[in-house]
Amino acid sequence: MHGIAIWFRHLYETTGINLTIAYDPFDRARFLDGFLVTLELSAITIIGSIVVGVIGAWLQGARLVWTRRIVQVYIQLFRNTPPLVQMFFFYFGLSSLLPTIKNSFGMQEPPVSGFAWACISLIFFAGAFNVEIFRSGIEAIPSSTIEAAEALGYTRLQTYLNVVLPLAMRVCLPALTNNLVNLIKTTTLAYAIAVPELLYVSNQIWSDSVNVPVMMVVLFIIYTALVGLLVAAMKAWERALHRPGLGT
Amino acid sequence: MPRGFDPPTGWTPDQPLVAIDDVHKSFGEVEVLKGVSLSVRRGEVACIIGPSGSGKSTLIRCVNALVPFQKGSIKVLGIEVNDPHLDKLRLRKHVGMVFQQYNLFPHRTALENVMMAPVQVLKRLRAEAEAEAYALLKKVRLEGKEHAYPGEMSGGQQQRVAIARSLAMHPELMLFDEVTAALDPETVKEVLVAIRQLAEEGMTCILVTHEMGFAREVGNHVYFTDRGVIVEHGPPAEFFAAPRDPRTQAFLSQIL
Amino acid sequence: MTDRVLPVILPLPKALRRDASSSRLCLSLWHAIALAAFVALTAMAADAATGQPTRASVLVVLARWSPLLLRGFGFNILISLMAMAIGTALGVFLGLGLVSPRRPVHALSWVLTEFFRNAPWLVLLFFMIYMLPFRIQIGPLSIALPDWVKAVIGLGLPVMANVAEIMRGAVQSIHPGQWEAAESLGFTRNQQLWQIVLPQCLKRMIPPWMNLYAILAMGTTLASIVGVNDVVTLAGQVQAAEGGRTDLLAPLYGYVLLLFFIYSYPIALLTQRLERRYAVHI
Repeated sequence: MHGIAIWFRHLYETTGINLTIAYDPFDRARFLDGFLVTLELSAITIIGSIVVGVIGAWLQGARLVWTRRIVQVYIQLFRNTPPLVQMFFFYFGLSSLLPTIKNSFGMQEPPVSGFAWACISLIFFAGAFNVEIFRSGIEAIPSSTIEAAEALGYTRLQTYLNVVLPLAMRVCLPALTNNLVNLIKTTTLAYAIAVPELLYVSNQIWSDSVNVPVMMVVLFIIYTALVGLLVAAMKAWERALHRPGLGT
Repeated sequence: MPRGFDPPTGWTPDQPLVAIDDVHKSFGEVEVLKGVSLSVRRGEVACIIGPSGSGKSTLIRCVNALVPFQKGSIKVLGIEVNDPHLDKLRLRKHVGMVFQQYNLFPHRTALENVMMAPVQVLKRLRAEAEAEAYALLKKVRLEGKEHAYPGEMSGGQQQRVAIARSLAMHPELMLFDEVTAALDPETVKEVLVAIRQLAEEGMTCILVTHEMGFAREVGNHVYFTDRGVIVEHGPPAEFFAAPRDPRTQAFLSQIL
Repeated sequence: MTDRVLPVILPLPKALRRDASSSRLCLSLWHAIALAAFVALTAMAADAATGQPTRASVLVVLARWSPLLLRGFGFNILISLMAMAIGTALGVFLGLGLVSPRRPVHALSWVLTEFFRNAPWLVLLFFMIYMLPFRIQIGPLSIALPDWVKAVIGLGLPVMANVAEIMRGAVQSIHPGQWEAAESLGFTRNQQLWQIVLPQCLKRMIPPWMNLYAILAMGTTLASIVGVNDVVTLAGQVQAAEGGRTDLLAPLYGYVLLLFFIYSYPIALLTQRLERRYAVHI
């Protein structure tokens, strides 16, 4: 570790490429923290938005017309408004309407942290797209297959979980992958409400060390790697779900 | 009596197992069933024949409540299907159905297709359901195909899996909806053999079919439907030998 | 016998096929009303929560600042239109590179496309703000590059990559028989592309292109983070000008959401309609 640090310091002195996160312990620590926050944010919102998508698509098949309408309103609201303003609305707007609570130091603080608001708003945003994606997958299933499950005595929920969802999943995985890639990219918006994620800490680092170009390259590499990782994972999932005679 | 048979609501074997009485059904403006009545006794094989669009598929879909109907009554083992508070699960435990398009679950193997509903709907033990699924697949002569996916099987094989899947629920009544209509001619026979075996074992069946020879040979009673009514019915020997109604005559002369 | 075909053996009657699509198109008014009611409700809730009659009610504040906010929103639209124009123009070239049979051209186009498609928009915006000079000199001509112009460029680049990808997808969706047929008729590769394939693609590209525009319109709000005075920045300034009343935050941002919704929803509906009309049937 020490040797690497020396090498990077040397690199800076000879070439001007100032990768402080490689040799300065303080920068490295906050950079790693930011990276972890981005990972956490991505993982939570990916899982959360899939859950919202699954539940939303289920509710869209409800018998009650009002249930379907409410889901439809939710989808259209979140698809057709900017995620940044959604986040501001949640973080500034709603949080100012909530009562504050006393923390352990006796200070007043909001009951929901910025990180939590970022998760909530990103889950709602990406979830709206996921509902639509799952719905299109469900529409691709022959209704006679669903009828067969009904004839076997499956309830609507059992049919959904055991037959409809597994089949729909296979149809809509490519679209889901696309949306989740977008979600990872959108986690950068948490910067705007001061969640110390990757972009936020990078901004701090380049402000302190004046190494904008270097940090930019680092950011591009990391986000490309994250996206690549997600795509690879989704491809592996797609392969695992593959059945002869189903899909491509 | 087969395992797990508990006759509900005081049904006794001397009553018809299925009693259809004056059933009316319309899709929007179009009246598909205009007062159909028939009854099927335990162990009987009823064949419904008739031109496309005569309402025969709709009729058997009404029997297991896949399609609601507006007027009339259907009693299966004494369970009134037209009851708005019908417990569909209770009905469907007793009624198996096989479809024209097989409708297997393509993401599950043949074995899983057969054991899914017993485990998930009837909450039976996995090992028990699995052992029975093997036995049922053997019965429809699909030994060795247990771990094949529907996409890897021929139509006839898939249809036999579908039959095994229904039998796994221990139904008292089997509904067959033109189960050979989508098959290649060479695989029709293997499916008919499986159904004949069931009939010979005493399973109560309602078959919607275009296979006149099969209806004549296996059926106890043949019903001819046209435009939503039963035009004529009778034991197959009489029915095919001497149809009385001109519509029946016209239909049979076209087919035979 | 066949004089009247009854639609009875359809696989599943409509009544059982619980389809949400029927309620999709007729909801536009409902949405707007719901949102407006939502803004009004948060406003009233905020009023009730503070309960100070001396201060202007939230609705009055919103009405007072509406002209400013609308002007800010207009700026967002302007940015989106310019970024879309730049991105589309560049994206067509990049797309041509993507479908080029020449290896190096294809490889370079692919790298550019993937890079700008996978980079977060906000990072690209920061990149442009920091890396572009505030003034560029082309010969005797000196062009100032204010932040909002940099933002247009920063938003235009991902648009470019997405347009290129849309083009590639559309070209690939054309049956290979079309290329072969054209080739066997003696068309050159360029003629095949321009005279046979691209004209067929154009219609298929319109819905995803419109969809991209809607996403871009949402994305213009990112410019506020890098210091452009768009509607989001102005909403913050309005709140400050009203003495930093926190009860104004929800209604103000709700108002901004409403503006975007009213702009974007009709585009989404139109896209959906075109999608259905141009759906590829193979």
